[in-house]
Amino acid sequence: MNNEGVDQSKRQFLTTALTVVGAVGTGYLAVPFLAQMQPSAKAMAAGAPVEVDISKMEPGQLIRVAWRGKPVWILNRTPQVLETLQTLDNELRDPLSMESIQPESSKNPARSIKPEVFVAVGLCTHLGCSPTFRPEIAPNDLGEKWKGGFFCPCHGSWFDLAGRVYRGVPAPTNLEIPPYRYITDTQLIIGEDPEEENA
Amino acid sequence: MKRNRVTECNEWFLERFPLTKLWNEHMAHYYAPKNFNFWYFFGSLALLVLVNQILTGIFLTMNYKPDAKLAFDSVEYIMRDVNWGWLIRYMHSTGSSAFFIVVYLHMFRGLLYGSFKHPRELVWIFGMLLFVALMAEAFMGYLLPWGQMSYWGAQVIISLFSAIPVIGDDLSLWLRGDYVVSDATLNRFFAFHVIAVPLALVMLVFLHIVALHEVGSNNPDGIEIKDSKDPWGHPVDGIPFHPYYTVKDLVGVGVFMLFFATVIFYIPEMGGYFLEPANFIPADPMKTPEHIAPVWYFTPFYAILRAIPDKFAGVIGMGGAIVVLFLLPWLDRSPVKSIRYRGGIYKKALMLFVISFIALGYLGTQPATPTATIVARFFTAIYFGFFLLMPLYTRWEKTKPVPKRLTSVHSLEEQLPALIEEITQIKQGSTEIGHPAFKSSFFAIRPNPKGIKNLISRLAKNVKGSLD
Repeated sequence: MNNEGVDQSKRQFLTTALTVVGAVGTGYLAVPFLAQMQPSAKAMAAGAPVEVDISKMEPGQLIRVAWRGKPVWILNRTPQVLETLQTLDNELRDPLSMESIQPESSKNPARSIKPEVFVAVGLCTHLGCSPTFRPEIAPNDLGEKWKGGFFCPCHGSWFDLAGRVYRGVPAPTNLEIPPYRYITDTQLIIGEDPEEENA
Repeated sequence: MKRNRVTECNEWFLERFPLTKLWNEHMAHYYAPKNFNFWYFFGSLALLVLVNQILTGIFLTMNYKPDAKLAFDSVEYIMRDVNWGWLIRYMHSTGSSAFFIVVYLHMFRGLLYGSFKHPRELVWIFGMLLFVALMAEAFMGYLLPWGQMSYWGAQVIISLFSAIPVIGDDLSLWLRGDYVVSDATLNRFFAFHVIAVPLALVMLVFLHIVALHEVGSNNPDGIEIKDSKDPWGHPVDGIPFHPYYTVKDLVGVGVFMLFFATVIFYIPEMGGYFLEPANFIPADPMKTPEHIAPVWYFTPFYAILRAIPDKFAGVIGMGGAIVVLFLLPWLDRSPVKSIRYRGGIYKKALMLFVISFIALGYLGTQPATPTATIVARFFTAIYFGFFLLMPLYTRWEKTKPVPKRLTSVHSLEEQLPALIEEITQIKQGSTEIGHPAFKSSFFAIRPNPKGIKNLISRLAKNVKGSLD
């Protein structure tokens, strides 16, 4: 090939310019393909609030409801349980829920609006397994230190009955508390903030 | 006249496509070291299993439905109502475990004989990319039956990405396509499992082999056969891949298929290791099974994840366990490739590594009790110690002189006298029992236990000797 009399810098400029334009074009073309993997409009809309009747719950009972496809627990806590919760602070990673996710109304030691009714998303903050409800005290498999709580079978994380995580387990934060409010004394609505009531 | 037509057709084709050239370059004139042993079966076996997975996979998609409402039932439909569906499905599910068995053995071969070392670093890197793609393929395939273990396994693995700071939560949301593992997740995993990852696997296999054929195969002595060539330019210690190794590999294929068929027909679930019991229950997003564990081939990495009591550090540890394998060619500073000429430190280190890998694999299948966690931490330390201390201990260790040419392999004829002696030793001293039922020829040649013990101890010594 005869390269005599060729303006190399012009050729270099054209090559670079074409490469840049091509890369930008490819980048734009990639956007729809990557964005289509985001949750669809239908999946986003499916997060409707759920109403739960808790009038028939017995002390110590746990019920599960589905909200946004996630399990949500509602636990009726007995006075003994609430007493035990106050003694655990030293063994917990985040006893005051400073780094955990909960609505403002549940940011208290018992992590609930009414202390006796505990509501939480039943997914471990480690890797999303649903922990098992183990209310009994010091069972054989969990040992002496177990004061009743939620045990994650996947990776062995411990939570107390306020969903607060113990030290030295893989889960980083307390269980998430979903937004919820009371419609009446015995009726909950999960997925709506208490503040929205006034709005 | 007819003959001429055939020849003409042949010539027409060869003028347009370099078939002869390709065949010669990669088979008939591709020279491989003449001393390949047992460990060299697993590369071709991996290729065989890949073909099995692709073929059975094509037929499974004909009846499978990638829909959260239909998926579980469609798998049961394949198992019960589709003609031979059970066989094709078991071939596919057993094939995935077989794939990991042969790939782990193939990788272990690399560790034994230093096949990752200069000049084969790229062969190793492509191989590791294949391993990662294979893990992705297996993981996404495991979601498709939409059982309890499928569902919660996917939930855990996708949540791993949420541990990445800043972008983690958005990334895992993007991967799932929903706030929890759902129909959207199943559908996209089906697309990846059936089209995207298999294509990547096939391309990587191509690159792996092209890179291998450029530098040539390593061998149990770790000597470059290209260094000594005959006057015609062929390596003196090499033999053409075809027919010598195609025939040898066929024997390997035969033996492999015996084992493979035994599992498919008699123990397709392998006592819950190949197909886990919890996966025969349809996925329930409200309830995690009491005990969840990944399929056996992921358990070593899963045990490392569980051993570290911090979410982000655990994910880093698990990822690091795989990343560190990529770095192997640069971690190993020994001038010698094969374990035959390495010093004792590497042999012991490799043995410890194998023990810790198997132990972690076992612990990963067990519940996370406090004791198990501590033991897992211990083995995790050994796992990483093997790799991260490698630059030190491989430099210190005293290596043996490496011969210029491959060490000779004893022919069968040379081994015959020793073999005959062994057989007579086993037979001698068998006691006669008077009962007529014991007069059959089977009992007449009953081996004597002492002879067998001698034989086994000699075998163990030989194995040790061959490694030294």
